[in-house]
Amino acid sequence: MIEALVFYMFAIVCVVSGVLVVTRRNPVHSVLFLILAFFNAGGLFVLAGAEFLAMLLVVVYVGAVAVLFMFVVMMLDVTVTELKQGFSNYLPIGLLVVAIFAGEILAASIAWQAAPEAAANLQAATPDPAEVHNTAALGALIYTKYAYLFQAAGLILLVAMIGAIVLTHRKRRDSKKQVIADQLARDAKEAVVLKKVETGRGI
Amino acid sequence: MSFIDRHLRSFLLAELLQGMWLTFRYMFRPSVTLNYPYEKGPLSPRFRGEHALRRYPNGEERCIACKLCEAVCPAQAITIEAEPRDDGSRRTTRYDIDMTKCIYCGFCEEACPVDAIVEGPNFEYATETREELMYDKEKLLDNGARWEVEIAQRLRADAPYR
Amino acid sequence: MVELWDNYLWPLIWIVIKILVIVVPILLAVAYLTYAERKVIGAMHLRKGPNVVGPFGLLQPLADGAKLFLKETIIPSSANRAVFLVAPMLTFFLALVAWAVIPFGEGLVLADINVGLLYLFAISSLGVYGVLMAGWASNSKYAFLGALRSAAQMVSYEVSMGFVIISVLICVGSLNLTAVVEAQRDMWFVIPLLPMAVVFFISTLAETNRHPFDLPEAEAELVAGYNVEYSAMTFALFFLGEYANMILMCAMTTILFLGGWLPPLDIAPFNLIPGPVWFALKISALLFIFIWVRASFPRYRYDQLMRLGWKVFLPLSLAAVVIVSGVLVAFDMVPNAAAAG
Repeated sequence: MIEALVFYMFAIVCVVSGVLVVTRRNPVHSVLFLILAFFNAGGLFVLAGAEFLAMLLVVVYVGAVAVLFMFVVMMLDVTVTELKQGFSNYLPIGLLVVAIFAGEILAASIAWQAAPEAAANLQAATPDPAEVHNTAALGALIYTKYAYLFQAAGLILLVAMIGAIVLTHRKRRDSKKQVIADQLARDAKEAVVLKKVETGRGI
Repeated sequence: MSFIDRHLRSFLLAELLQGMWLTFRYMFRPSVTLNYPYEKGPLSPRFRGEHALRRYPNGEERCIACKLCEAVCPAQAITIEAEPRDDGSRRTTRYDIDMTKCIYCGFCEEACPVDAIVEGPNFEYATETREELMYDKEKLLDNGARWEVEIAQRLRADAPYR
Repeated sequence: MVELWDNYLWPLIWIVIKILVIVVPILLAVAYLTYAERKVIGAMHLRKGPNVVGPFGLLQPLADGAKLFLKETIIPSSANRAVFLVAPMLTFFLALVAWAVIPFGEGLVLADINVGLLYLFAISSLGVYGVLMAGWASNSKYAFLGALRSAAQMVSYEVSMGFVIISVLICVGSLNLTAVVEAQRDMWFVIPLLPMAVVFFISTLAETNRHPFDLPEAEAELVAGYNVEYSAMTFALFFLGEYANMILMCAMTTILFLGGWLPPLDIAPFNLIPGPVWFALKISALLFIFIWVRASFPRYRYDQLMRLGWKVFLPLSLAAVVIVSGVLVAFDMVPNAAAAG
């Protein structure tokens, strides 16, 4: 009973904030609602008994990705009228995408059936949730059965990161950089020289 | 050797710990501040605090409305109006100091030929409203009555140097 | 009726009572943390600190609280009202909600969830939003710059904090905070993982925007950072949230490295003192270091701060993860994951 109530709360807030992400005029409000949607999705994960995934969702998406979104959007200077202008131009293509997507989801949910051998796979891979906690189960699965795929995913992300850095990094020759090791290496003996200067003579 | 020494130092945070040890030792030293509202620091006889209008010992007010202070005031904080009194002596009918304008330069005190306007030793006259800082003659004379003992003593102490 | 009471109302009331038992002492602790900070820094500066309100100034925090409560809440005319008001509430809420998983003693925990460590980490990573929202909604340059700085700083230091947490949980084999403490019964993690403990502690300084990393509110440049435009209760909520966060971070360090509620030695005079007292003592000691650091060091420059986070702490903590797991595997000391859950 309580669980159902909590589920509907999370689900409704999630869907409503998802709608608000699209309809809000102010982009910062959109991002804030997006974060709310992420957060409630995390709540749904917890209800489904996948608290590890829930926490990861919050840490990664809310704690890192959405912060960067927020950063970019906050610094944009978008006026509402500008946003309105493109609306009718993009409406047909937007509707088309929506129609295709909705059709695919419908087709999948109506026509999709698990292959008979998939169920067997599922049973072999997942341990009994009553005995093994889902964090441990996930770890056991990722690092044994799907180790190569997991590593490949990691490599792809690494390549993407390096690519982004290479594309945006530029060496500036005119800027002076602080080299802290050099600064620490200096001591009073080499930095300061005491000289006896005769009056009126200078150095 | 110095290379190793240096790097060990920065990895072991030696300098930071040294600094923290210093502040830690300072924590047990006696504090050097005065316990202000209960203890106060010494004031020079020349300290320029809140203004006061003085009276002669017989109760006659000193100010003769010469308006030298009004003229010399660089912030134009002083406003004076004067009329002959019933006995024919020249006296102020209005003597206002806008304490929010005053810059406490002490020129008024120096300009005064009869030592009427002085800057006393009081510096604790904060108010809750601005209006209370527009001093009128009554307030200034009242200050004079309140601080006369201290003011006279200060003037005596400073007299050899004037 | 009885069923409704037994199944729904009474558990609800019981939970609320438990929450109050946790929250009220924390708020008191926050109030007296400000007092302790002013007193300790005063002593280190050879000053007296607050000493007028009540004996030794002990009522000063209450007087400050009353002042903030009675003042007028000013909302700037060009501010984004809703976001402006939500930001301090969010900060305050997040600072308190994280305490749900902190074990104060053996079994003394509101929600003994299995991913407690990740929960703490997630909540602390949400702290950025209070700051960002405040900075943006104020519609003021100072607040905005302060918020940007603060957000960049918090996100950067969270990375190395995450790796330090990983190296600890490799040693534990569980994300449950009670299990983390229990794993330290023989030896506190601060001994084998001392460098990580130091990295973690310094990162918590940066994470809570404390000196010497208090760039978000560098008063010399940014007036007061993201909370310039806030006054009265809205400011008080930020203030309470920040200090509650400090205590929370110290509690986290205590649990991860200083053995939580466990006494330093399991012998007679030490193990007679109840666990929560030990826990509070350790937190207080760490908070003292927070204040001590504030009195000792000048503020970092922003690029130095970023360099420290990304070029020193991140490689160090990454290396630590590799070394710790390597040592554990080499000496066959890997904790049994299945047993720990």
